[in-house]
Amino acid sequence: MNALIREIEEKYVPNDIPEFRPGDTVRVHVKVKERNKERIQVFEGVVIRVKGSGTGKTFTVRKVSYGVGIERIFPFACPSIDKIEVVKRGKVRRAKLYYLRELKGKAAKIREIKEWEIMKRAKESEAAKREKENK
Amino acid sequence: MPKGILGKKVGMTRVFIGDREIPVTVIQIEPNYVVGLRTKERDGYDAVILGMGKRKKKRTPKPLLAIFEKAGLEPLKYLREFELKEGEQLEPGQEVKIEDVFEKGDLIDVTGKSKGRGFASAMKRWDFSGFPKSHGARYHRAIGSIGACADPGRVWKNKRMPGHYGNETVTVLGLEVVDIIPEKSVILIKGSVPGAPNSLLELRDSVIKQRKKGQRKLQKVKELYAAQ
Repeated sequence: MNALIREIEEKYVPNDIPEFRPGDTVRVHVKVKERNKERIQVFEGVVIRVKGSGTGKTFTVRKVSYGVGIERIFPFACPSIDKIEVVKRGKVRRAKLYYLRELKGKAAKIREIKEWEIMKRAKESEAAKREKENK
Repeated sequence: MPKGILGKKVGMTRVFIGDREIPVTVIQIEPNYVVGLRTKERDGYDAVILGMGKRKKKRTPKPLLAIFEKAGLEPLKYLREFELKEGEQLEPGQEVKIEDVFEKGDLIDVTGKSKGRGFASAMKRWDFSGFPKSHGARYHRAIGSIGACADPGRVWKNKRMPGHYGNETVTVLGLEVVDIIPEKSVILIKGSVPGAPNSLLELRDSVIKQRKKGQRKLQKVKELYAAQ
């Protein structure tokens, strides 16, 4: 895509979105308008996909409600998103977790990684990088 | 200031404003300069000649070069005339900026050259519906009948048929100015405009403002974009 368009899109994407990846569990607070009243609805589930870029960047959240799988697609730049909370970080080996759709119950669970594990891994990779540079 | 400006189509994207998503065309305004003026006494009407884009000196006709030199400008590629806003004066050589010409929530007309489609069938050119693709049909995208029999015994004039399509000047009326970014010299316009990326566009104050309906639209649009 054109570099100029990308720059312009940046202006329209809020920069207070927390970082998350597929496999993470997030809580999305959505503003819902009912006539004149506005209230906030929470949608919590696993992020199974992040796609696109700029204002067209979206993520898909999947949850199972009363035995029915529900997926909602949110644009990152969507003004009706009040805030996004990251509940859990998940360990996954794929960028798109479509396989979760076929799984049920315990099989559909994603192993959680704790915050300190992420920190540790980041430290390790940084150390490895430094070592490489030293060589 | 003039009632219009020259720009270059960059492409399309979408932006979120308020609680709605708006499809926009990104138009870059390369530096526009006043090349000359038309005056009532000499030419019978008032207008500004604006120029945009670079042109090589040796590729410029000598008489045109003289005009540029008089204005103290490098040769420019595109020249177009625009009406002047009332009671305002411009000097040749002066630069015209996008933020002085339009503002958020304005209605504008955009003129450009549509993409050339070559010799196109009636389905593409006139939106004919064509014939079945399957079920044994052996006649798919042709135009079908072009008239009756012995009476009138000829094909009507202006009968819509295949032929050359596109690569013609097209004007889209009453487009909304969604945003202006002065530091990048860019304007965002709701909807699509004619032409391919990098093609020349003429942006003018909309003629539909002169109509009652256009005035109503302007009011609505102004309120909408003023809110954010």
